[in-house]
Amino acid sequence: MDELDRQPREKPDSERLLPGSASLAVLLIVFVSLSLLILFSIMRGGVGHVASDAGGTKAYSPADFPEINFDRQLLPEVEAAGSSDPEGIYRVRQSLAYEDYFPCSDCHAEMEVNLERRQLEEMHDDIQLNHGPADRWCFDCHNPDDRDSLRLANGTLIGFDESYRLCGQCHGTIFRDWREGIHGRREGYWNGAKSYLLCAHCHNPHAPRFQAIEPLPPPVRPQFLRATVEEVHDE
Amino acid sequence: MSDADRGRATHGDGLERSVDRRALLISTGLTAMAAVSASVAGASTGFIERLLRTRFTELSPERKAEILADLEREYGERYARKVMVADTPPMDGVEFAYGLDIARCVGCRRCVYACVHENNQSRDPQIHWIRVLRMEKERGIELAESTAYYEPELVPEPDAFYLPVACQQCRNPACVKVCPVKATWKEPDGIVVIDPDWCIGCRCCMSACPYGARHFNWSEPTISSEELNPNTHYLGNRPRPKGVVEKCTFCIHRVREGRYPACVEICPVGARKFGNLLDENSEMRYLLREKRVFVLKEELNTQPRFYYFYAT
Repeated sequence: MDELDRQPREKPDSERLLPGSASLAVLLIVFVSLSLLILFSIMRGGVGHVASDAGGTKAYSPADFPEINFDRQLLPEVEAAGSSDPEGIYRVRQSLAYEDYFPCSDCHAEMEVNLERRQLEEMHDDIQLNHGPADRWCFDCHNPDDRDSLRLANGTLIGFDESYRLCGQCHGTIFRDWREGIHGRREGYWNGAKSYLLCAHCHNPHAPRFQAIEPLPPPVRPQFLRATVEEVHDE
Repeated sequence: MSDADRGRATHGDGLERSVDRRALLISTGLTAMAAVSASVAGASTGFIERLLRTRFTELSPERKAEILADLEREYGERYARKVMVADTPPMDGVEFAYGLDIARCVGCRRCVYACVHENNQSRDPQIHWIRVLRMEKERGIELAESTAYYEPELVPEPDAFYLPVACQQCRNPACVKVCPVKATWKEPDGIVVIDPDWCIGCRCCMSACPYGARHFNWSEPTISSEELNPNTHYLGNRPRPKGVVEKCTFCIHRVREGRYPACVEICPVGARKFGNLLDENSEMRYLLREKRVFVLKEELNTQPRFYYFYAT
């Protein structure tokens, strides 16, 4: 009985020492690795989790984008009318996609009208028609008898500078917003003369979905505002 | 104080002593003031004058004209070109409001840089008054999950939408309430302005603003003479010194002349709208009537003049 009593008492003492030191060692390793991690992140200049190639590290100025016209000039008519003419709304002349070809009758006057749907090969083969239903075709909008004008659904002929009337036949709500100045861009005087763009300035009528553009660079992240940091530390 | 102590030691009578002490205090005070003013006067006379003047809204027209001429001369010398500083007052019967169509915005940041170009922000360290936030279409408007540092090849990205944020020109502006020196206030046409000459740089307004719309000049703003926009307004885009707060003013120098703000005219998708709330025929009134409109952080009761909308 004595032996049985003694043995269990002694064993735990010797065993308890080993697991204790092992866990101490594990704790030490965890502590050292954590402090090293913190030390490294401090040495990287407090940049934190943001990699130095993540963007937002360089300060760009508008002057870095010469291709963008930040000094927008008003239409001469708008400039002249100024803020004194609240009713003065001027449409910007449409720069036609086919300016070089216009007037279309130069070629089409002598040509026989072919109303058939077909793949265009000799001319205008760059036009990718991607506008609504698959059976849409040139003469839904263009006038087969006189190519210098467009034709509304009711047969009315209109000039290319009035193309918004054609678009408005289907896109009624957008047309209304555009007329009120909510859809599309206006330039000039909020209380006076202003200029509009036409639908086709921004939307290619043959494939009207707005094309994706390249964004300008993001702002500098606070931790990369170097000039600031250095100056503050100098003082 | 030591002068006054000596005065007490030499005189026995109480009354005479106190009179003498006052005289001594006044004389030392005057000497000190003279010394301070002499040292400051060495720097610049305009500086002292600006320290001693009353606040901008209380200036007489003549004094205002003098100050504007002073600033024009100072900027003209610093940038070696002619700089105009206007103080165009608000128009009668005009309250401005702004609209932004988040169904149209493609997040291209043209407005951000057009604003810097127009309003003479510091180029480096960089200050942007407009911050375009990218958000997930799936999650909707969630400011905490948004990022301003997106950088894809092309925008718009198919799964994202963009929410540009600048000063919301609140009708109930928290920033104005907290300013300890009344350097920022609400103009009659609704624009919240800052007088950089009056700002002490305590940045209370920055922490009060729930939209992060105010920015601080931590160091001397850098802007080259060629890049400077010489057409400025006293309360708007005139060159700012180090240590003051600045923010969007709806392009105060433009809109008080009737022009649209610069960001409205640069936007390639026409997402930005601007107009007079008191004019029934203005774009803004049509927009508020016809479209689904919301403001940012409505629950804070800041009552912004900046309306976001979805035009479909």
